[in-house]
Amino acid sequence: MTLPMFPVDESPGPNFAGLLQKLGLAPPVPLVGELDDIRHGTTIVAMRYADGVIMAGDRRATEGFSIAHRAIEKVFPADRHSGVSIAGAAGPALDMVRLFQLQLEHYEKLNGAALSLEGKANQLAQMIRGNLPMAMQGLAVVPIFAGYDLRRQTGRIFTYDVTGGRYEEADFHATGSGGRDARTTIKLGWTENMDRDSAVELAVQGLYEASEEDAATGGPDPVRGIYPTVATITVEGFERVGDPDVAERFRALIQHKTEAGQL
Amino acid sequence: MSMPFYVSPEQFMKDKADYAIKGISRGRALVATAFAGGILLATENRNPNLHKISEVYDRIAFGGVGRYSEFDQLRQAGIQHADVKGYQYSREDVDARSLANLYGQYLNQVFTHEMKPYEVEILVAEVGDVIDDDRLFHILYDGNVAEEDRFSVIGGDAAAIQERFESQFSAEWALTDALKAATGALTGPDREVGDLEVAVLERGEPRRAFRRMDATEVATLLG
Repeated sequence: MTLPMFPVDESPGPNFAGLLQKLGLAPPVPLVGELDDIRHGTTIVAMRYADGVIMAGDRRATEGFSIAHRAIEKVFPADRHSGVSIAGAAGPALDMVRLFQLQLEHYEKLNGAALSLEGKANQLAQMIRGNLPMAMQGLAVVPIFAGYDLRRQTGRIFTYDVTGGRYEEADFHATGSGGRDARTTIKLGWTENMDRDSAVELAVQGLYEASEEDAATGGPDPVRGIYPTVATITVEGFERVGDPDVAERFRALIQHKTEAGQL
Repeated sequence: MSMPFYVSPEQFMKDKADYAIKGISRGRALVATAFAGGILLATENRNPNLHKISEVYDRIAFGGVGRYSEFDQLRQAGIQHADVKGYQYSREDVDARSLANLYGQYLNQVFTHEMKPYEVEILVAEVGDVIDDDRLFHILYDGNVAEEDRFSVIGGDAAAIQERFESQFSAEWALTDALKAATGALTGPDREVGDLEVAVLERGEPRRAFRRMDATEVATLLG
């Protein structure tokens, strides 16, 4: 490797994807027609609460009708004050997350200051639009981006479609194959300024209901000790809710349902 | 037909070196030292938003003295190199030694082939899990790379500052002592302390170890 020195008018600046292109490390995606039997990730949710936002996602990946992986991660820190969660084709989605994380870090280091939350959301929209040729072949990636906006001092949620369309959600959102069920559950329980405890509780409920109705969404797996990912993003930054805590909430939820005879 | 003047290669190189050294000695020096909890980098800087110290990668920091636009260009290239390398291979594969070598090669090429040499000196620091794994590489304007043990002083008046700092230095000292010694050495006996730019690479951090200290934090530590 050599030191990447560019003439002033040809430098990619703080754009990491542009840098990879300059160095010939981002080959164009060939068109090969519809792909099937690729891994898919499923239900992800995000909601605002008093201190910021909560992001959560189940852990199952499917290939057609079989379970491809029981413990994949779908919720990631994008940088200190934001997170990204993914639904859709797992391969390109994970690659997009990695590139997105690097892009934010690269910008912050070169520029000496981080992008605004809005800037980060727009950056992700551009990456999704860049993935459109892949989406046309069935490799769609539909993430949720959420974070704590340090300037406005509030949590904010952004959702996307495959064309790179970017939409800001007011309070909550859920997407993926079980997204509809999760969204309905959260819609019924959500109130303004929820505390952390009840917000985590509601996210867990949403994912539970999604796993009940959707074959591709994984529920709690006490046999293997695998539980959905829940994370909070506040002024303190991105923080994962510990597995024992999540496990306990699922246990309590199931016990409550059993005792009440509620389906 | 006019004859070109003959300049011996020795004289030609010496002139370039003198030019570079003169440029570098106009700037303020930078001190880096290992301490128990990581590596401290400190320098006097009258432009609080034009940084001389910067993060490069998880465990690697950059310090530059001399002409700002030149070392900042090198700083950016270093970050670009590190981020691409970490993307292509893995984050663990990004190390200070190879980055220092690349800087050395580039500066050497500029020094030998271009009319004007870079008027910069660079420090590449990498924090290890234990103090013995800390690395400090000092790269000169002509591309010469030297590895320094435990501490390093670069920039104008470096010899005198190094002497003052060495008299205070102790291995595995605490951050406060290291910072006091660095500030004392940078300013000397006959001058007041100016605006300081201070950053640390914190030992044992899982990802990004670089942390910039603001003026109040520095003032508190200096007491």
